[in-house]
Amino acid sequence: MQLFLQQLVNGIVLGATYGLVALGYTMVYGIVQLINFAHGEIYMLGGFGALFTYTVLLPAGTPTGVALVLMLLGGMVVSITAAVVMERFAYRPLRGAPRLAPLITALGVSIFLQELVRNFYTAKSPRPFPQLIDPTYQVQLGGGVTISLPKLVTVTAAVLGMVALSSFVRKSRTGRAMQATAQDPDTARLMGIDTDRIIVTAFVLGAALAAISGLSNGLQFGQVDPRMGALTGVKAFTAAVLGGIGNISGAVLGGFILGIVEVMATQYAPSPLSGGAWAQAWGFVVLILVLVFRPYGLLGERVAARA
Amino acid sequence: MHTPRIARVAVPIIIGALALSACGNKKENGSSGGNKTLTIGVVAPLSGDLSAVGNGIKNGVDLAIKQANAAKTIKGVTLVMDAQDDTAKADVGAQVAAKLVAESSVVGVVGPLNSSVAKSVAPVMAQADLALISPSNSGVDLTGRDALAAGKTQVRPYKSYFRVCATDDIQGPFGADYAVKDLGKKKIAIVHDKKAYGQGLATAFAAQAKKDGATVLPTETINPGDKDFSALITKLKSESPDYLFYGGEYPEASLITKQMKAAGLNIPLAGGDGVDAADYIKIAGSAANGDYATALGAPTDKLDSAKQFLADYKAAGYSDPADPYGAAAFDAANAIIKALAKSYGEGKSGQALRDEIVKEVQDSDFAGVTGQISFDQFGDTNNKVLTVYKVENGAFVPAKTDSFK
Repeated sequence: MQLFLQQLVNGIVLGATYGLVALGYTMVYGIVQLINFAHGEIYMLGGFGALFTYTVLLPAGTPTGVALVLMLLGGMVVSITAAVVMERFAYRPLRGAPRLAPLITALGVSIFLQELVRNFYTAKSPRPFPQLIDPTYQVQLGGGVTISLPKLVTVTAAVLGMVALSSFVRKSRTGRAMQATAQDPDTARLMGIDTDRIIVTAFVLGAALAAISGLSNGLQFGQVDPRMGALTGVKAFTAAVLGGIGNISGAVLGGFILGIVEVMATQYAPSPLSGGAWAQAWGFVVLILVLVFRPYGLLGERVAARA
Repeated sequence: MHTPRIARVAVPIIIGALALSACGNKKENGSSGGNKTLTIGVVAPLSGDLSAVGNGIKNGVDLAIKQANAAKTIKGVTLVMDAQDDTAKADVGAQVAAKLVAESSVVGVVGPLNSSVAKSVAPVMAQADLALISPSNSGVDLTGRDALAAGKTQVRPYKSYFRVCATDDIQGPFGADYAVKDLGKKKIAIVHDKKAYGQGLATAFAAQAKKDGATVLPTETINPGDKDFSALITKLKSESPDYLFYGGEYPEASLITKQMKAAGLNIPLAGGDGVDAADYIKIAGSAANGDYATALGAPTDKLDSAKQFLADYKAAGYSDPADPYGAAAFDAANAIIKALAKSYGEGKSGQALRDEIVKEVQDSDFAGVTGQISFDQFGDTNNKVLTVYKVENGAFVPAKTDSFK
C-alpha cells in the first residue's frame, strides 16, 4: 500500500508538469484551432530564462525566496516575449491560410527556438540549474510516503496556476471575451471584441504557465536542456487530447491521468511490458482507449459544429 | 516579369563565390619545394557537441605529423594533415571518407570518434585498402567481435580497419568483476536506456555479475531524454539492492543518481565510459560522490609514457584538451607514419603504397603513449587496458587500472 501511495504521489508530480504545459496547447487550440507545436519550446525557454536571470542578472547572495520570484518573472518574460513574437510574426500572417500552413510553421518555429538556445549556450547540453530548494529534503506525507521539497513546490505552483487561470477565464472580462472568441470568432468581433488581442492573451497565459513548469523542472532535476521541450511538448499535447483539446479542466485532468498511468505502468505492468521504457506506451494505450470511446477526449466539447 | 534588382546583383555574386570556394577546396598534391607531400587524413567531429573531443583527436594527429616532419622520419617526404568534419553523423562520415579515398596523396586515416560513424567510414576505406585507425571506437561489431558473444567464429568485416582502444564487450565484464570481486556487492540492480551501447553494456555486465555469484535483479529500462525517475527509484528501493549498474550516458545517469540519493536509496551508481564525463558530476553534484565509471584505456596523466606527449601537447598550444582521445590519436597517427616509413623506403607509391601500409600497420609493434601498439588478426589492439574511476570530492579519481584478459 505504501508503495502504491508513493507511486501515486510520483504520478501526481509528473502529471502536474504535463498539465501546466497542456493548458497552453489547449487554450490556443480552443481559440484559433492551431496546434502550437512550438509550445514545448516556450516551456524550455521558461527554464532557460530563469537560469539566465539567476546566472547573469541576480547578484550573488540574493535570498532564496527573492531569487525564486525573480527567476520565475525572468522565465515568464522570456517565454511570453517568445510567444508574443511567435504569434505576431509566424501565426498571425497565416490566420486565413489553410490549417496545414500554421501547423508546419509551428514545427519550424519549434526547431528554430531549440537551435537558438542551443547555440546561445554554445553546444554542450544540458546546463546545470542552481539547486535553490534542497531536493534531498523529503516532506513526510504520512504512512512512509514522502515527497521532495521542489516537487511539493511544483505541485503547489501548478495547482495555484490552474485555479488562477480557471477563475480568470470564468470571471474576468477578458476571460469571458476569450470564451466568446472560442465559440465564434466572427460574431465575437461583431460584438466589439478585439479578437487579435484575445488570441495574444491566450498565447501569453499559456506561456506564463509553461514558464512555471520550466522553472520547476529546473529546480526538480537540477538541469535545463535545449531539447527538453520536445518530449514534454509531446506528452503535454497528449494530455490535452486525452482530456479533450480546447477544454481547460480537461488539460489538467489529462495531465494527471497521463502522469499516473506512466508511473503505475513502471511499477505494475506485467513483465515483458514493464519498466520505464514501456511507460509511455501504456500512456498511449490509455489515450487510444479514451479516443475510441470518447473521440473528443474525456471532457471534450463538440468542436465539429464549427466551420 | 522583371527580375528584382537585388536578384540581378545577388545571383552573379553567389555563383562567383561558389566558384571561388570550389577552387579553394582543391588540395595541392605532389611535390612542393623538391619534397613529395603525402597526407594523413582525420575523420572526427570538429563542430557541434563533440567538437572538443574531435579536436583533441585532430591535435594528436597534428602533433605526430609535426614531430615526424621535424625529425625527417621519412626521407624526402613532407607530411600534411587533411582533417574532415564528420559532425558525428554516419552519412557525413561516408561522404568525407569518399573524399579522402579519392585524394591520391592520402596514405592513411585516423578516426572516427563514434562507432556509428565508423560503420559507414570503414567500408569505404576497406574498398580502397586505405588504413583506418580509430583512437576511440568501442563498438564490438567493427571487428566482428559480436560473433563471439553469439558463440560463432569471429570474422573481420573491414580489412583495413584497426583500433587502438578496447571494446564495449569487455567494459561490462570488467565493471562486474570490480563490483563483485573488489567491492563485494551482492544484490545488483541493472538499468539501461535500450540504445545499442547501453543495452550491450548492461547485458554483458549482468551476465558476468551472475557468473561471479551476485544476485542480479530483473533489468529495468528507461527512455533517453526522461527526467523524472521517481517511479523507477521507488520500485528499486522496494527491492533494496546494494549497487546499481546503469548502461547508458551521463544525462540520464546523473539524474538517476541524484534522484536516487535524494529519495534515500544510498547505493553507488556505476556505469561505462558514457557516464565518465565532467558534466555527470556537474549535474549530479554531491550525489555523484561514491559512484563508479569504467573507461577504456588508462588515465593519460598517470602513464609514464605519456609525460613527454602531454608536455609536447601543451607546448604546441592547442586550445582543446588532449583528453580523452588525443594520446590514442597520436599513437594511431604514429602507427601510420611508421608503416609509411617502412613501405615508402621500398619505393612504392599509389595503390601499392596503400596496400603495403595496411600490411605494415597490421605488423605494428612499438611503444606508444597509451601502451604497446600492436594488433590482432581482426584489427583490435592487443593492449586491452581499462580503468575504473570513482567519484571522490566531485572528481573522477582512478580506482583501478588493469588489463583485461
